Amino acid sequence: MADNSHGSPDTSVTVATPGQGGVDTFTNPGLPPHRPRLADTDPRAEKRAERQVALLFFISVLGTLLFFFAYFFIPLNDTIEQLRLQNLALGLGTAFAMLGIGVGIVHWAKTLMPDHELTEERHAVTDEKDRAEAEQIVGTILDESGIKRRPLIRNTLIGAALLAPLPAIAIFRDLGPLPGDALKHTFWDAGMRLTRDPSGTPIKASDVTVGSAFHVIPEGLNEAENKLEEKAKAVVLLMRLDPESLNPSEGREDWGYDGIVAYSKICTHVGCPVALYEQQTHHLLCPCHQSTFDLEQECKVIFGPAARPLPQLPIDVDDEGYLIARSDFQEPVGPSFWERG
Amino acid sequence: MSSSTAINAYQPKTRVGRVTNFVDSRVGGSGMVKEFGRKIFPDHWTFMFGEVALYTFVILLISGTFLTFFFDPSMAETHYDGSYLPLRGVEMSVAYASSLDISFDVRGGLFMRQVHHWSALLFVAANAVHMLRVFFTGAFRRPRELNWVVGTTLLIMGLAAGFTGYSLPDDLLSGNGLRIIDGVVKSIPVVGTYISFFLFGGEFPGTAIIGRLYVLHILLIPAVILLLIGMHLFMVVIHKHTQYPGPGRTNTNVVGYPVGPVYAAKAGGFFFIVFGIVAAISAAFTINPIWNYGPYDPSPVSAGTQPDWYIGWVDGALRLMPGTVGNWDFEWNIPFPWGVNTLSLNVLFPALVPAGIVFTLMLAWPWIESWVTKDKREHHLLDRPRNAPTRTGVGVAGVVFYCVMWAAASSDLIATHFLVSLNDVTYWLRILVVVGPIIGFMIARRVALALQRKDREIALHGRETGRIVRLPHGEFIEVHEPVDEYKRYQLVSFESPQVYAPVADANGHVSRSEKLRSRASRFFFEDRVAPVTPSELTAAHSGHHGEIAGAQDRESIASH
Repeated sequence: MADNSHGSPDTSVTVATPGQGGVDTFTNPGLPPHRPRLADTDPRAEKRAERQVALLFFISVLGTLLFFFAYFFIPLNDTIEQLRLQNLALGLGTAFAMLGIGVGIVHWAKTLMPDHELTEERHAVTDEKDRAEAEQIVGTILDESGIKRRPLIRNTLIGAALLAPLPAIAIFRDLGPLPGDALKHTFWDAGMRLTRDPSGTPIKASDVTVGSAFHVIPEGLNEAENKLEEKAKAVVLLMRLDPESLNPSEGREDWGYDGIVAYSKICTHVGCPVALYEQQTHHLLCPCHQSTFDLEQECKVIFGPAARPLPQLPIDVDDEGYLIARSDFQEPVGPSFWERG
Repeated sequence: MSSSTAINAYQPKTRVGRVTNFVDSRVGGSGMVKEFGRKIFPDHWTFMFGEVALYTFVILLISGTFLTFFFDPSMAETHYDGSYLPLRGVEMSVAYASSLDISFDVRGGLFMRQVHHWSALLFVAANAVHMLRVFFTGAFRRPRELNWVVGTTLLIMGLAAGFTGYSLPDDLLSGNGLRIIDGVVKSIPVVGTYISFFLFGGEFPGTAIIGRLYVLHILLIPAVILLLIGMHLFMVVIHKHTQYPGPGRTNTNVVGYPVGPVYAAKAGGFFFIVFGIVAAISAAFTINPIWNYGPYDPSPVSAGTQPDWYIGWVDGALRLMPGTVGNWDFEWNIPFPWGVNTLSLNVLFPALVPAGIVFTLMLAWPWIESWVTKDKREHHLLDRPRNAPTRTGVGVAGVVFYCVMWAAASSDLIATHFLVSLNDVTYWLRILVVVGPIIGFMIARRVALALQRKDREIALHGRETGRIVRLPHGEFIEVHEPVDEYKRYQLVSFESPQVYAPVADANGHVSRSEKLRSRASRFFFEDRVAPVTPSELTAAHSGHHGEIAGAQDRESIASH
C-alpha cells in the first residue's frame, strides 16, 4: 500500500501495517455511498439555495455602500466618539462586503456544486531512474571541471570564498559608535541639583516628607543634546524614610540625607523603569518583570529575576537647601553587560 | 510540428476556447490548466488553519501597503499638531506623530491600522495552530520533513515580522518593549554591548532604530516570508495533500474535491470570510490604542501592560527566572587575566533556552521519530492523534511548557484579577513550567491510549445505544449497535508500531545506538494498543453472549 520505492513495509520489522485484505487485516471497503443533498433531489430546495446565494451577494453590495456612506458622510471632527463611529461603520461595511461574497460562494459550493468525492492516484515524487541520471550528470560536471583532480585550485577557491563575504560583515561597522565607557557613567555630576521629572524644577530637602517619593532627573537634562539617551540612564527615584529604618553599609552612611535616599530607576534586570513604590513595605517593584527591591537593605533584590541591587546616587543638600548629587553613580546603572566587571 | 500547424490544427469553437487559444499559443498555460484544473484536494476542517495563515498574510500585505503611504519612520523630534487634543503640542518623534495622524486624520486609517494589527495576531496564531495540526497528525513524516522545516522557519519569521512591526509607532509601550530587547541583547557575552550599540546606532534609544526596524519590517522580512510561502506551497503541490485515514482512502490515492470548481470556490470564498471576520473584529475591538500611551519616554512605564500574544512566552520566561536562589547568584562576575567580565545568566538563560528547546525539538522531531521507529516509508495518510499516543503526549508537553510561560507573562494580571499574591503566582508557575509538561505528557498519553481502547470496544462490540433491555430470563443488558463497515474501517485502519528489538551487526555486536533506539522504542510503544483484526471481530461476535442475545432480543422487540 505504501509507496514502496524506499524500503517496503515488508522489510520494516517494526511496523504492523493496515492491510488491503492481507493476513488478518480489514479490507478497505472503499468510499461510502454518496448521499444526495436536498438540493440534488428537490428542485424547490435547489431554487431556494440559489436565492440564498444571490441574497448573500446582495448583502455584500449593501456592505460596500455602507463603507462609502461612512467614508463620505461621517465627518471626523475632534471628538473620539465620531472617530469610533466612523471606524465601526467602515469596518462593518467592509465586513459585510467580504462576508457576503465569502459566505455566498461557500454556500454555493456546498449546496449547488457537485459534492461527489473524486479519487486520484498519487505518483512517486520523482523517478528513481532520473535520480541515477542526475547523479551521473553531477558526476560528469564535477569530473569535467577537474575540481577533484586539482586540489590547489579547490583549496585556494575555498579560502577565497571564505574570506570574500567578510567585507559584507565589516561594512556594517558604522551602524553605530563603539561602546567605549558610555555605559559606565551618566549625566549626573558632583553638585548637580536633583529636579522633578519632567518639569525640571529643583527639589528642596524640606519638600520631601517621610513616605513621599519623587521621580527625579538631573538639572539641565531637558536642555541636553541627547536628552532621551541621557534620560534613559539618569532617571532616579527619591524617597524619604524614617532614618532608623535605613541600614547603610560601611562607606555609604553619608550617601543619603536625613532619611532621604536616591536610587537609579533603571532596573538591573533588562532596564525597565522601576516605577512602583510600595510606601508601606518600602519596596520598589518593576512592573515589567516584577523584580522587587528593598529600600531598607540598600535596594537588595528580594524577589524576581534581577540579580543586582539598584545603584544608589549619593546625595547632599546645598546652601539653599536644595538636594544635590555628591557625585555620579559609583557603578554602571541598568542591565548588566559583558564589560561591566 | 511547427507552431503554425498547431494553430491551424486547433480551431476553437467557444468563446472560452478562443481565449484559451490566444493565451496558450503565446505564453502557454493549457498544460497548467490540465495539471491543476481538476486536481484533487482532500477536504477537512483542520486543513483550514494553513489557509487562514496564507489569507491573513495577504491581508497584511494589502493593509500594510496602505499604511506605508502615510507612515514616516523618522525619529526626529516634532510637536504634535493633529486632531487628537490631549497630545497637541506634546514633543514626540515624527514616527509617533504620523501614527497618530493615520489614526485620527486619515479617513479609514485607524481601521487599516486595526486590520493590520489584528491580522498580524491572527497570522501568527494560524501558523501556530496549523503547525500543531501537522504535528499531532504526523503530517511532517516523509516525504514532508523539509516542508515542516520551511513551516517552522515561517513561524519564526512571523514572530520577527510581528515584533519589528510592533515597535514602529514609537509609543511608550513599544519603546519599553525595545528597551527590554536592548537589555537582553546586552546580556550576550563578549559581543552583546557592541550589538546593542550597532543596532541602536549608539546608546539606547538613539535616533536610528525605528528606521532600521521599518526596513526589516516592510522589505526584508516580508520578502523572506513570501519566498518561504512560495516554497511551502510548491512542496504541497509536489507532495499532494495528506488525508485522514478512512474508507476509500489509501496511502496511494487522494480523495477529495477537484480544484475547479468546488475546491477553488471553497478556498477562494474562505479568503473573503477571513477578511470579513478580521474587518468585523477591527470594526468593533480596539487594538493597540497608541494615543493612550503617549510618546516614548525612558522614565514612565504603565503597570499591567502586555506584549502581543506571541511574544508573551519569552517575556514570561524572563519573569519566571529567579535572579538569585538562596545565596546562588545567576549573575556571574568572571575573573579573566585582563579583568572581570559579567555573564548575566538570569537574562540570557530565559531569553534563549526555552525558545531554543522548543524550536530545536520542533525542527528535529521528524528525524527523531523516524530514527526511533526506523520507519523511512512515505506517509500520505495522517494519524489520528490518539493512534500515536507518545507523539501526542510530547506535543501536549510542549504546549503546556509554552502555555505556562505564556501565563507567566500575565502573572501580575493573574495576581490582581484573582486577588492572590504575585509572588505565589510566580512560585507556582516556576514549579509548573518544570512539572507541567511531564504531567501533561502522562495525561495526554493515557487519554490517547484510553481512546484507542474505546475505539477497539466500538469496533468489536458496536456503539452503546443507551437502551437497556430486559431479557426474557430476567437479565438486563444494554443494546450495542454494531457499526457499519465504513465506520469500522475508520477505527481499525491504523498502524501500531511495536517495540523495536535491537539487531546485532554482522559480528554479533549490538551497537550502542541500537540499544538506545530500542530503549527509546520501548518508551514510545510499550503501551501500544493494537488495531482490531478480522479474526478478533469474528471471535467477539461468535463468543459474545450479550451481543448475540441483544441482537436476538432486538428482533423479538421489533416483532412485538
